[in-house]
Amino acid sequence: MDVECEHCKKAKATVHITDVPEKRERHLCEACAQSEGVIIKQTHQTTTAILQEFIKQKTGIDSSDEQTCPHCHITFREFRTKGQLGCPHDYEVFREALIPLIQRAHGNATHHIGKVPATSDDAVRRQAGTLKLRRELDQALRDENYELAASVRDQIKAMDASESV
Amino acid sequence: MNIDDLTSHMGAWLGGQGPHANVVISSRIRLARNVAQRPFLSTASPAQRRDIYESLSNEVARLYPINTSLFIDVDKASPLDRQLLVERHLISHHHAVSEGSRGVSVSHDESAALMINEEDHLRVQVLSEGLQLEALWTKINAIDDKLSDRIPFAFDKQLGYLTVCPTNVGTGIRVSVMMHLPALKWTKEIERVERATRDMRLAVRGQYGEGTDVVGDLYQISNQTTLGTSEEEIVEVFNNKIIPRIVEYEYAARETLIKHSLEQFEDKVWRAFGLLSNARCISTQETQTLLSPLRMAIHMDRFSVIDIQTLNDIFLQTQSAHLQKRAGTTMNGSERAIARASYIRQKLS
Repeated sequence: MDVECEHCKKAKATVHITDVPEKRERHLCEACAQSEGVIIKQTHQTTTAILQEFIKQKTGIDSSDEQTCPHCHITFREFRTKGQLGCPHDYEVFREALIPLIQRAHGNATHHIGKVPATSDDAVRRQAGTLKLRRELDQALRDENYELAASVRDQIKAMDASESV
Repeated sequence: MNIDDLTSHMGAWLGGQGPHANVVISSRIRLARNVAQRPFLSTASPAQRRDIYESLSNEVARLYPINTSLFIDVDKASPLDRQLLVERHLISHHHAVSEGSRGVSVSHDESAALMINEEDHLRVQVLSEGLQLEALWTKINAIDDKLSDRIPFAFDKQLGYLTVCPTNVGTGIRVSVMMHLPALKWTKEIERVERATRDMRLAVRGQYGEGTDVVGDLYQISNQTTLGTSEEEIVEVFNNKIIPRIVEYEYAARETLIKHSLEQFEDKVWRAFGLLSNARCISTQETQTLLSPLRMAIHMDRFSVIDIQTLNDIFLQTQSAHLQKRAGTTMNGSERAIARASYIRQKLS
C-alpha cells in the first residue's frame, strides 16, 4: 500500500523510520528525508565525504573536539574536518567519540569479525573466532536451521572450554 | 620487465573469459593495511613517509622477485606512465596524482598490484577476468599472510585492521566487480538495481572507482562496510548471491530488448559500428560508449564482424596513455583523437 509523505503531503513515502526512544514511526519521500538530514544524497559522494556528513550530523561529540592525540598531535576537530585519522593510536585516544560514527558507517557493527594477523596473541585470535561463531549461531537461529545451530553452539562451547583450561 | 612492455598485452582482467564473462568484465579485491607504531600518511613528515616507503618496498620485493615483476617509483614516474597504470587498473587515480614517496609493485601477469603509500601505507589488490572472487580471496589472503609474517600491521582487537579513514576499518577489504549492464540501462531498470544495492550498503560507481562517471554502461559494484562481517562472508555473498542476481536481471532485460525492440537494438549496434569504422577523430568517452552495444551484441551472438578479444583490445589500447606510449611520444587532445580513430579503423577493417 502506498503511503503519502507526511512532510510534503505530495510524493510517495519511500523512507520509513522509527524515532528512538519515542518509537514514533515516520514516513517521508526521499527529498524530504534528505532535507531533514535523515538520509544523505548518494550521487558522486566519496566515502570520505559521506563520513564527513556523518560526523557533521552527529551531535554530542563537541566536547571531544579539543582532545589531542599525544602521539600524532591531531585534535578530534581536525579529524572531523578532514575525515582522516593521524595514527593508529587515535582509535584508542578518540575511541568514545569514534565508535558511534563507526557504527553508523558500518551498519551498526562495533566489532571486527574476520581475519586476525598471524602475529596476534592467542586471546585475540580466540575472541575473533568466538565472535564469528556467535554470528553464525544467530543466523542459523534466524533461518530456523536448528541442526546447524546445535553444531555451532557445540563449537562455541568447545572454544570456551579450551579457553578456561 | 619494464613499464613500456605493458602496452603489448591485455592484462589479467580484460581477457574476456571467466565465469559470467558475458556480463562480468572483471573482479577485484583489495586490502588496506598500515604498519603498527607508525603515523598514518595524513600526518607523516616527508622523512617518515620516505622511511615507510623504503621499508615496505624491501618487503614487497621479497614477495615478487625483481626479475619477474615490475616495481615503479610512482613519485619519479612520468605523468604518462602514471596515467598508463591507472588505465590498466594497477593504481588508483589518487595514487597517480598525490605527492611524496610512493610506489607500486606489479606481478608479471598484472594479476596483483601492491600500492605503497596510497591512502594507507599498503593497499594490496588482486584482479581477474570474469566473476572469480573466491579464487581472488584465496590469493590475496596468502599474499597478506606472507606480508604479515614480516610486517606488524596496525590491528585492534575490537576494531580489526586500523586504517586512515574509519570507513575502511575492520577487514580493510573492498570487493569490486565490474559489470557491463547495457540492457538494464536502456530499459531504465538500472535505477532499481542501484536502489537495491544502496539498500544493501553497496556502492555503484564508474569503471575507475570512487568519484568516476559511468561510461560505456560499465558499473563497478563494491561493498562499503568493512566492519562486522568476515572477509569470507562478504566474498561469498558477492560471488554467489548479489552479482549472479544482477547478471540474471541483465539477461532478462537483454531478452526483453531482443523480443520487443530488435530493430532498434540492431540499428544501435550497426550505427555504432559505422561510426567506429569511419570516424576520423574520436574521444575515449565516445569510443567506450559506442563499444557498449557491440559488446552486448557479440555476447548475444548477434554480431560477428569482430570478436570480443578485438573489442577489448580497442577498449584498452585507445585510452590516452596507451595511445601515446605505443606512439612513443606525447600528443595533445586533437592528435590523440586522430590516432585513436585511426587505430580503431585499422582494427575493424
